[in-house]
Amino acid sequence: MTITVDGINKRFGQFQALNNVSLNIPEGKLTALLGPSGSGKTTLLRIIAGLESADSGRVAFSGKDVTKLHVRDRNIGFVFQHYALFRHMTVAQNIAFGLESLPRKQRPPKAEIQKRVSELLDMIQLPHRAQRFPAQLSGGQKQRVALARSIATRPKILLLDEPFGALDAKVRKDLRRWLRNLHDEFHFTSIFVTHDQEEALELSDQVVVMSQGNVEQVNEPTELYARPDSRFVFNFLGQVNVLSGEVKHGSLSQGNARVTLPGIQHQGSAQLYLRPHEVRLATVPAEHANLPLRIEAVSLIGSEVRVELRPEGWTSEGSDDIWEVGISHAEFNDQRPTRGDLRYAVPEVGHLFTGKDTQPETVSWAEAKSFPRVRLIN
Amino acid sequence: MSTANQASAVIPQRWPRIGSRSKRVLPGFGLSLGISLLFISLILMLPLTGLVMEVSAMSFDQFWFVITDPRVVASYKVTALAALAASLFNGLFGLLLAWVLVRYEFPGKRLIDAVVDLPFALPTAVAGIVLATLFAENGWYGQWLSKLGIEVAFTPVGIVVAMAFTSLPFVVRTVQPVLEELAPEDEEAAVSLGASDALVFRRVIFPALWPALLTGVALSFTRSLGEFGAVIFIAGNMPYVSEVTSLMIFVRLQEYDYAAASAIASVVLLVSLVMLFAITLWQARYLKRIEGR
Repeated sequence: MTITVDGINKRFGQFQALNNVSLNIPEGKLTALLGPSGSGKTTLLRIIAGLESADSGRVAFSGKDVTKLHVRDRNIGFVFQHYALFRHMTVAQNIAFGLESLPRKQRPPKAEIQKRVSELLDMIQLPHRAQRFPAQLSGGQKQRVALARSIATRPKILLLDEPFGALDAKVRKDLRRWLRNLHDEFHFTSIFVTHDQEEALELSDQVVVMSQGNVEQVNEPTELYARPDSRFVFNFLGQVNVLSGEVKHGSLSQGNARVTLPGIQHQGSAQLYLRPHEVRLATVPAEHANLPLRIEAVSLIGSEVRVELRPEGWTSEGSDDIWEVGISHAEFNDQRPTRGDLRYAVPEVGHLFTGKDTQPETVSWAEAKSFPRVRLIN
Repeated sequence: MSTANQASAVIPQRWPRIGSRSKRVLPGFGLSLGISLLFISLILMLPLTGLVMEVSAMSFDQFWFVITDPRVVASYKVTALAALAASLFNGLFGLLLAWVLVRYEFPGKRLIDAVVDLPFALPTAVAGIVLATLFAENGWYGQWLSKLGIEVAFTPVGIVVAMAFTSLPFVVRTVQPVLEELAPEDEEAAVSLGASDALVFRRVIFPALWPALLTGVALSFTRSLGEFGAVIFIAGNMPYVSEVTSLMIFVRLQEYDYAAASAIASVVLLVSLVMLFAITLWQARYLKRIEGR
């Protein structure tokens, strides 16, 4: 089933939660609604589910208008962040609830329900927990039970509200993979809400980035990361380093900092956005960029070494006036950067935002590729 | 102090031991437990002990004779039935009231919330006199009810009304917090699974509420068993028809027959205690089962 959202507005008192939101969710895809808290993503999900009603606008499933349809008649599966399991019912009773709630005519016979429940218990790998109560389960197990409960009646649409938000990192990762498999197996049209960009990029086929009740950008995860089309999306999807200054004669400068911008005609104020992996660190400035930085901290944990630096003689806007650059462990072993060292950032690819125009222009410096990462001049 | 030492064995292990310099906010477990026990002894246990002493002065035959006196037995029936009716009524009405107070916003909500406690604040005798006046044949309510052929004042129905009035807060105040804690997601989950409103109430909301509701009704019942002030003014107090047990105790006291009064009181006390214990145990087991501890 495709889901169409058309011109949805929702206001809570003075707060505009959703501002004329329109969306198309393709059939059989896993879509992430991504945004910071207060961006309206949960409200949108609840409106699609029918748990909340919009002030104006339309929701349609496969072209059929369901705006006025009650949640119980929409035949959707809904998963809550805090599981919302019925605590006085056993795991098996919880899963059977949807089937037992069907009107008498559609309700399968008892034996059929039992069979279905045990199939679902096998699927979530908890057959031995059938007679337990929710309080006796771990968080991950609870969420799996909640998922099984929501799909017991075989809905075509699965909506998940921060499904992994209350779980710890390890369980979250397992459950993510498991959900992806489940989705691929059953071909739901799924939407899940998250504020975790990593989760959204890893799990989904399509990401809807939201902010302050507006849809900022809709795209596939890889495209979204490579081509964010607004400052907001850029900032929201991972760490970003910003140089804000004046462009004159194809060169952006501020204080001590200067970067040449090949192929840019713009004159006046502009911001250059650089991702941590688009920047190299060198001990001397490059031809095309002079960005002196002093090392604040070095973090070795992970597949990359993360270096935090503070601009020297200029300022960065955004996160605490800090730049973040990722270098390989091999580079780290060669250079041995330590706190207090001076380094120069050498950008390879950057994204220039000019004026109010929100679409960035991509700038790349071919010479950076050949610029030696380590130049020992002592 | 040996009592304090014994009690310390009951404290869960994760708490620091009593003697050690603990990090808890309120120090002095020994002292505070001692004071608590002293007050429980003075205020609760001593009168009870007096009661038992008084009763134990009687032989069992005497005791049995007093508590099985036909007029007293009739009063047991009247009291128990009226208390049952009153507590069931409160169970229903109290649940409704708690529901309205928790789930809806309306002008005057806080006022109603405060008024619920009125039966606790009002002297029961005053309540009894007011109710008797209202329900008397020429009273505000009574004149209309009597046209319908319903007599309330000076009948067992009056007893039920008085008991229901004085014990209503128990139900409201026990159910209210549980209702407030009930997550709206549970209901939303049930509805998203296709359940009708009636089914949601029956299978999701009520099961979460009933332990509290049962406690409220039980408290209301035991309170009604012992109700005196409010009841005697409206009951009419006709032997075998509308005399409550607490009145029988009062009558014995008037006759300076303290032993007999104590004997009857011990029956009421025993019934109340057994019932409260039973419900507490049952509930603890139920909660233990679903909490898995």
